[in-house]
Amino acid sequence: MSLILLAEQTLNGLQFGMMLFLMAAGLTLIFGVMGLINLAHGSLYMVGAFIAAATAAFTGSFLLALIASLAAAALAGVLIEMTIIRRLYERDHLDQVLATFALILIFSEGTRWVFGSFPLYLDIPDALSGTVTLPFGVEYSLYRLVLIGVGLVIALGLFLLIGKTRLGIRIRAGENDREMIGALGVDISRLYTLVFALGAALAGLAGALIGAIQSVQVGMGEPVLILAFVVIVIGGIGSIKGALVGALLVGLTDTLGRFLLPKAFALVLDPSQATAIGSALASMAIYILMAGVLILRPRGLFGGAAS
Amino acid sequence: MTIRQLFLSACMAAMATGATAEGVKVGMITTLSGGGAGLGIDVRDGFMLAVEQSGRDDIEVVIEDDQRKPDVAVQLADKMIQSEKVDVLTGIIWSNLAMAVIPGAVAQGKFYLSPNAGPSVLAGKGCNPNYFNVAWQNDNLHEAAGAYANSARLTNSFILAPNYPAGQDALTGYKRFYEGELAGELYTKLGQTDYASEIAQIRAAGADSVFFFLPGGMGISFMKQYAESGLDLPVVGPAFSFDQGILQAVGDAALGVRNTSQWSKDLDNPANTAFVESFQAKYDRLPSLYASQGFDTANLLISAVEAADVGDQDAFRAALKAADFASTRGDFEFGPNNHPIQDFYVREVIQEGDVFTNKVESLVLESHGDAYAAECKM
Repeated sequence: MSLILLAEQTLNGLQFGMMLFLMAAGLTLIFGVMGLINLAHGSLYMVGAFIAAATAAFTGSFLLALIASLAAAALAGVLIEMTIIRRLYERDHLDQVLATFALILIFSEGTRWVFGSFPLYLDIPDALSGTVTLPFGVEYSLYRLVLIGVGLVIALGLFLLIGKTRLGIRIRAGENDREMIGALGVDISRLYTLVFALGAALAGLAGALIGAIQSVQVGMGEPVLILAFVVIVIGGIGSIKGALVGALLVGLTDTLGRFLLPKAFALVLDPSQATAIGSALASMAIYILMAGVLILRPRGLFGGAAS
Repeated sequence: MTIRQLFLSACMAAMATGATAEGVKVGMITTLSGGGAGLGIDVRDGFMLAVEQSGRDDIEVVIEDDQRKPDVAVQLADKMIQSEKVDVLTGIIWSNLAMAVIPGAVAQGKFYLSPNAGPSVLAGKGCNPNYFNVAWQNDNLHEAAGAYANSARLTNSFILAPNYPAGQDALTGYKRFYEGELAGELYTKLGQTDYASEIAQIRAAGADSVFFFLPGGMGISFMKQYAESGLDLPVVGPAFSFDQGILQAVGDAALGVRNTSQWSKDLDNPANTAFVESFQAKYDRLPSLYASQGFDTANLLISAVEAADVGDQDAFRAALKAADFASTRGDFEFGPNNHPIQDFYVREVIQEGDVFTNKVESLVLESHGDAYAAECKM
C-alpha cells in the first residue's frame, strides 16, 4: 500500500463527504428551523438529477443543466412546502414521517411516469473530464476535484449566509424560538418557504453534480438520504458546522474503511476471509461511528442545548 | 403508457376468460415499479408480445407488481395460487424473490417458468420437475466471461461484485473457468454508487483486465467513473451491465467493452430477426436481453399448450421439457435439471448512429449447461 494510494483515497473520502454535506445541510436546516423530518429530501435530489439530465440532453450544456436542476428542485420544494409540508409543522414527527414518505412514493412513480423506467444519461462536460496530476504524483480525477471545490464554496457561502446576513439572523432566531420571532413581526411562513426552497435547491444541485458520475434513475435518492440522516445525527441537528464536520467524517470513514479494513484483516487472516469480513465490517463502519458519537455526545458533535 | 399496457393486457386477459373454459391461466409476478422496473417491464412486454403473436385466446395472463420485495412476491403468489387459481407462474426477476416464491409454488403442484433468475440451489439440490428455467443458471454468464478472458489471453484480472449471494456466485462462476492469476478480488456494498475507492485500488494493483458484476445502476456508476478515471484496462462483464436498457445511460464509457450473453439482437436466426423487428414495431425501442427471455418463456409455454392440456400434469411437463419452440437464441434445450443447455457469446458494445448497442464477436461456450446439474435428483 503506497502513500499515493492513501492520498487518493483520502481525496475520495473528502469528495464523498462534500456531496453528503450538500444533502445534509438542507436537511439539518429544515429540521433545525421548522422541526420537520423531511424524508422526501432524497426525492428532491432525484428531481435535480433528472432535470439536469433532461436539460443536458436538450441543450447540450452542463452549466444550464446545473442551473435548471437548482431552479427545478427549489421550485419543487416551494410547491410541496406550500401545498403539503406547511400543514405538518404542528403535527408530531410520526405524521411528518408518514406524509413525507408518501411524497417519496409520489415523486418516484411520478418521475417514472414522466421519464420512463430506464436510467437517463448525464455525463460530465468535456472541459472537466480526465485526470490531473497533483503534487507528489497523485493522479486524480479533475471532476472530483471540482466537486470538492464546489462543496467548499457552498459551505463558505452558507456560513456567511447564516452568520452575516439578515436572513441568517432570522433563520437562527427561528431555530431558537419560533413564536418569538413571529411576534416580532417576521413573516414566519415566508421564512419557512425560503428555508425549504434553499434546502431543496442544495439537494437538487447535489443530485445533478453526482448524477454526472453515477446513474440517474428512480430511487437514487433514498440511499443518500439515509447517509444524510446519519450525518446530521453525528453533527448535531440544526447545525451547519455539524453537517460539514459530520459529512466529512462519514465520507472519510466510509471510503477509508472500505479500503483499509480488508487490508488490515489480511494481515491476520487468509485473503478471501479477510475480504469477506473486511467488506462486511466496512459497510457497518459509519453506523458504528454514529453509535460511538451518540454515546459520548448524545446531541451530536455540535448539537445545541435542549430546544 | 405502462398503465395503458397493463389495462390492455388485463382486457385481453378478461376476454380470454370469457372465450374458453379450458386453457391455461398464467400468473406473472414481476417488478414494475421502483428502481428495478426496467427489467420487469421488458420481461412482461416480451412475454405479452409472444402471447399476442400466437393469436391464442386460451392463454390468460394475470400481471402483478412485486415491487422487488420478497414478502410482496410471496403474498402475490399465494393470492394467484389460491384465489386466481393459476396453472403456471412466471415473471420473477431477482434471485432472492425467486427463492422466496418458487419452492412453495412448485410444492403446491404449480408450474414455474423462470424468465430471469436462476439461483444455484434451484439448479442443484433444490431442483423440481415443475420448475423450468428459460434464462440461465446464475453462474452461466460469468463462466462465459472467464472462458472469454482465457481466449483473450488475459492473465491478471481484478474482479469485483456486490457482497450478496448473486455477487458471490458471479465471482465463483468467473473463477471456475478463468485460468489466469487474480490481481485482486473485492466485494462491494450492494447498492453502492461510488466506486472511486475501488478504482484507485484497481489502478494500484497492476492488473491487465477488470471483470465486474454490478447489475443495474451500480454498473452504470462504475463504468462512468471508470472511464473518467483515466484507466484503460480492458473490461469484461456479463451482459447485465451492458444491456439495451442501460447502455444509453452509460454512453461512450461502455464503447468497446466485451460482455457475455446467451442472446444478442444481431444473432442470425429467423426467430430472432422476427422478434427484434416486431418488438421494435410494437414498443418503439430495441429489445433487451430480458425482453428476449420473456419472449422465449411465453413461446415455450405456448408450445406446451399446443402439445398438451395443462390439466394433465405429466403430459404438460413432458411438453415443456421437449422445449419444442423456436428460441430467439437459436438452439435451446433443457438439461436434466430443467435448466437450459445453450450457446454463450461474447459481444462488443458499439454505436449505431446515436444508439449504443451490442454486436456478437464470437462464440465462447457451446452447448453449455451448468455446474449444479449433477446435484439434482428428480
